[in-house]
Amino acid sequence: MTRGERAVAIAAPISIVVAWQVAVSTRLLNPGLFPPPSAIAASFWAYATSGELATNTVWTLSRLVVGTLVGGIPGTLAGLAMGMNRWVRAYGTPVIALLYPIPKIAILPLLYFIFGTGEWAKYAAVAIGVFFLMAINTEAGVRQIDPIYVDVARAYRIRPTSFYFRVLLPGALPNIYAGMKLSIGIAIVLAVAAEFQLTRVGLGFAIFNAQQLLDVDRLYAALVAVSLLGFGLTYALDLTERFAIPWRRRR
Amino acid sequence: MAAISVEHLSKQYPTGTLALSDINLTIADGEFVAIVGPSGCGKSTLLRIMAGLDTATDGQIAFTDAGADAPSGLPSAVVFQEQSLFPWMRVDANVAFAFDSLGLPKDVVARRVAEQLDIVGLTKFARAYPHELSGGMKQRVAVARAFAVDPPVLFMDEPFGALDEQTRVGLAGELMRLWERTRKTVVFITHGIEEAITLADRVVVLSTPPGSLKAIVRIDLPRPRDPVAIRGDARFGAYVVQIWELLR
Repeated sequence: MTRGERAVAIAAPISIVVAWQVAVSTRLLNPGLFPPPSAIAASFWAYATSGELATNTVWTLSRLVVGTLVGGIPGTLAGLAMGMNRWVRAYGTPVIALLYPIPKIAILPLLYFIFGTGEWAKYAAVAIGVFFLMAINTEAGVRQIDPIYVDVARAYRIRPTSFYFRVLLPGALPNIYAGMKLSIGIAIVLAVAAEFQLTRVGLGFAIFNAQQLLDVDRLYAALVAVSLLGFGLTYALDLTERFAIPWRRRR
Repeated sequence: MAAISVEHLSKQYPTGTLALSDINLTIADGEFVAIVGPSGCGKSTLLRIMAGLDTATDGQIAFTDAGADAPSGLPSAVVFQEQSLFPWMRVDANVAFAFDSLGLPKDVVARRVAEQLDIVGLTKFARAYPHELSGGMKQRVAVARAFAVDPPVLFMDEPFGALDEQTRVGLAGELMRLWERTRKTVVFITHGIEEAITLADRVVVLSTPPGSLKAIVRIDLPRPRDPVAIRGDARFGAYVVQIWELLR
């Protein structure tokens, strides 16, 4: 990114906030539904200083992290297996094609039946969404590996475990990262949606609670928190990508 | 004693195309054989079948057990055309990866990798990633990887084909020195007639299509050979003309 591009990138959200503020103060937007950014900022500040923001964020984050691990690791392994073995692929492809289109939010009630009111229902919701994205992207990643690498591995009689973890896994890593970036998005959707019910903590609960109290400012403040959480996670992932895929750094 | 004998070998693709037709070829232990032919004549397919990366439809290949005196080694190694180094492994790890199935102690592998990188003059680049190397350096690493495991047979599939002429001649010289010291059995695929004459004891000429064996030309040029000086030999020019005539 050049300096100019960076400046534009920083100015973009600021310009939208300013435009919003102007639109509300000139009554172009209804302040009852679209409170001015200054009011949202004040509510956010109160939310933060009360300690609720930190508590809710930590709870949501824990559901994101546990759910992502529980779904992402098996998803990646399933994708590797499907990518390298045509029988596993023949079995898995129709199963994924049938299950993936089901809106994950639609199975939340079922998850509450299965896992009860505890944390595992929330973990499961996140895990299911992440599982499919990781399986699909990892499989695509394995299948786009240049066949020359498979030839080299065969020519030098590379052992199966080495082939799996030192050829297929790193070869698929760029796609696995693409899957992880998409996963952050779906994981936040599912974690927040799962927090609308049967919990008293989390950013999803904060949104739901603000709706019940007709506190629009607080509702926006919670949305800002969700946005920042997603932004932070994506940024952190981008940082790790440079260390995980050093051979791509130059491109 | 023949190291490799190919008998009545044919390859037909599932689409019905005949790629190779009744190839008969005997390669002696320690011999350097180059295979030339027009593109699409199946010379790479022939090498892949010999290296066990592809299967023949008919005929057979027999190897004499040259590996019996080196029980813990690979029977053969392959140097591919280009981009065969793993981009996610550093140079030394790429070479060491060739030892994966051999179960040697780590320090033994590290020593052999270091020795081989020293021979090809890339010690300074041991910790570099392949994308930091030039095309010629990458192929030197690929050659080092093959020689490091010290196999009795070496298959080379147009290893210098993607390089510029100058680098190509330089690497041919390095390969000559390595080979004259180790005397492995080498099967070398190339579309460069001069490269084949420079390197080989015999040049196998394939015709197209489908690939069948047209002629075998014995190259009676003295060794050690220098890839530049050898071009001044009158016989070199005669071989070039002879092989061109065969390909016409």
